[in-house]
Amino acid sequence: MKNAAETLSTPLPLAADRSRKPHFSVRTFREYFMQGVFLLSACISILCVAVICFYMFAKGCPAIAKIGVFEFLTGTDWFPTNTVASYGIFPMIVGSIYVTAGAIIIGVPTGLLTAVFLSKFCPKKLYKIVLPAVNLLAGIPSIVYGFFGLVVVVPIVRSLFGGNGNSIITASFILGIMILPTVIGMSESSLNAVPKEYYEGSLALGATHERSVMRVVFPAAKSGICAAIVLAVGRAVGETMAVVMIAGNQARLPDSLTDGVRTLTANIVLEMGYASGLHYDALLGTGVVLFVFILLLNVLLSVITRKSH
Amino acid sequence: MSNKYKIEISDVNLHYGTFQALTDINLNIPERQVMSFIGPSGCGKSTLLKCLNRMNDLIENCKIEGQFLLDGQDMYRDIEVTSLRKRVGMVFQKSNLFPMSIYDNIAYGPRTHGIKKRSELDEIVETCLKQAAIWDECKDRLKKSALGMSGGQQQRLCIARALAVKPEVILMDEPTSALDPISTQKVEELCVELKRKYTIVIVTHNMQQAMRIADRTAFFLHGKIEEESTTDRIFNNPQNEKTQEYIGGQFG
Repeated sequence: MKNAAETLSTPLPLAADRSRKPHFSVRTFREYFMQGVFLLSACISILCVAVICFYMFAKGCPAIAKIGVFEFLTGTDWFPTNTVASYGIFPMIVGSIYVTAGAIIIGVPTGLLTAVFLSKFCPKKLYKIVLPAVNLLAGIPSIVYGFFGLVVVVPIVRSLFGGNGNSIITASFILGIMILPTVIGMSESSLNAVPKEYYEGSLALGATHERSVMRVVFPAAKSGICAAIVLAVGRAVGETMAVVMIAGNQARLPDSLTDGVRTLTANIVLEMGYASGLHYDALLGTGVVLFVFILLLNVLLSVITRKSH
Repeated sequence: MSNKYKIEISDVNLHYGTFQALTDINLNIPERQVMSFIGPSGCGKSTLLKCLNRMNDLIENCKIEGQFLLDGQDMYRDIEVTSLRKRVGMVFQKSNLFPMSIYDNIAYGPRTHGIKKRSELDEIVETCLKQAAIWDECKDRLKKSALGMSGGQQQRLCIARALAVKPEVILMDEPTSALDPISTQKVEELCVELKRKYTIVIVTHNMQQAMRIADRTAFFLHGKIEEESTTDRIFNNPQNEKTQEYIGGQFG
């Protein structure tokens, strides 16, 4: 409460200062008014987060409680429409984790090496081509990624690894590409932010350019790079459309990487259209679990970034 | 005093783009002495210093003519740049210790040059820290971040780090300009101590510092060396009018 009171009182001293003056001029009024506008804009985003939080938990938690927390989180059977319905989202949790892990394995090393290349090795002319290309990657709608996955990657995976092609591998690959811009963009800027004195110090000791970059500059940028990875994980966990199109979406525990898998996001989007009653609420519960995942990632992110200061 | 010249610089002209930063530089730097470069800001002394370990390579549009010899070998033709920089170490104006532990900072150079054995590295780290007279201050915190040390300590750690690759020459670019008087004194004492084994070239804005530690001094103005002689002579009996004015504090 005390904190809230302090936040709210920020404009007040200003108002008090102004009121001592005999004339409440148009100019001071305008400043005061604008301050209110800024405060309001700030409040809108906070309000949105608060409202989303509140409704997610208010709607989802009772369902989770009704099904049973343990049953809901660790149950391996998801049969919401059976006469004796079961609502276990464990396969979806595993699915999200598998697909995200796969995306990290594919996207993070590629992205980091690209960032190092762009920041320290890239000739200027090439840089002007590669950077916009990477940024364009970020602008492609996820449905297009899904379509690309369906038409190009699925047949390739089918012929290389067997199965029907809609699989963990396919989804990981596409998600790996989708997180590239996040990884590259943030890592590159944190590499660029490393003081050039470190690099020069390393060169002056007789180290080569490559060694200076990999052993001094790269480690010096590690907090920014970790933040980039966490953010990328967040993207991968939350990605829906592309995954739905290529992951197979079977709500069961996968036996191999060529098996199809259903993620938390896919679970919601696939069934929301026709769900009702407890089924509907169970989907909201799935959303709560997803939300908690993202919250944890954000906590991790703020811990990492705080550590660097 | 030996008469051997460690570094011989002849007919050097240096351009940054169209700007001529150094003009007709001829200078011999004797072995195992401290040579100081003095002069007003922008006179080219740091530029010449950076030529001696080729740090100017990093600057675009930097064109160097003339010859630099290290022990009679051409620095720009006969010696590979990494091995040149191993032989000619550098301490920068501001401490640029890496964000790693003290141990890793000192061991970075030797590791770069292929020393992997733990016992050998331990020994180098200890010797260098002792040489830089900072062993007692950091022997209990070798595994802690080097950036936790004070400014003066960091600068001496930089010197220790430079020593760890067993250089022959140490270049110092205003190493004490950011330090307090006591730290400065420690670094100066260190220079005097180190010249027994190393050739030292130091750029300084502080003329008292040059007087205290340098055997020879070169006075730079507008990219030229106006006068070069023993420190004693430069400060007490300068031959050149401009040197006289600069020493006398009339400009700069």
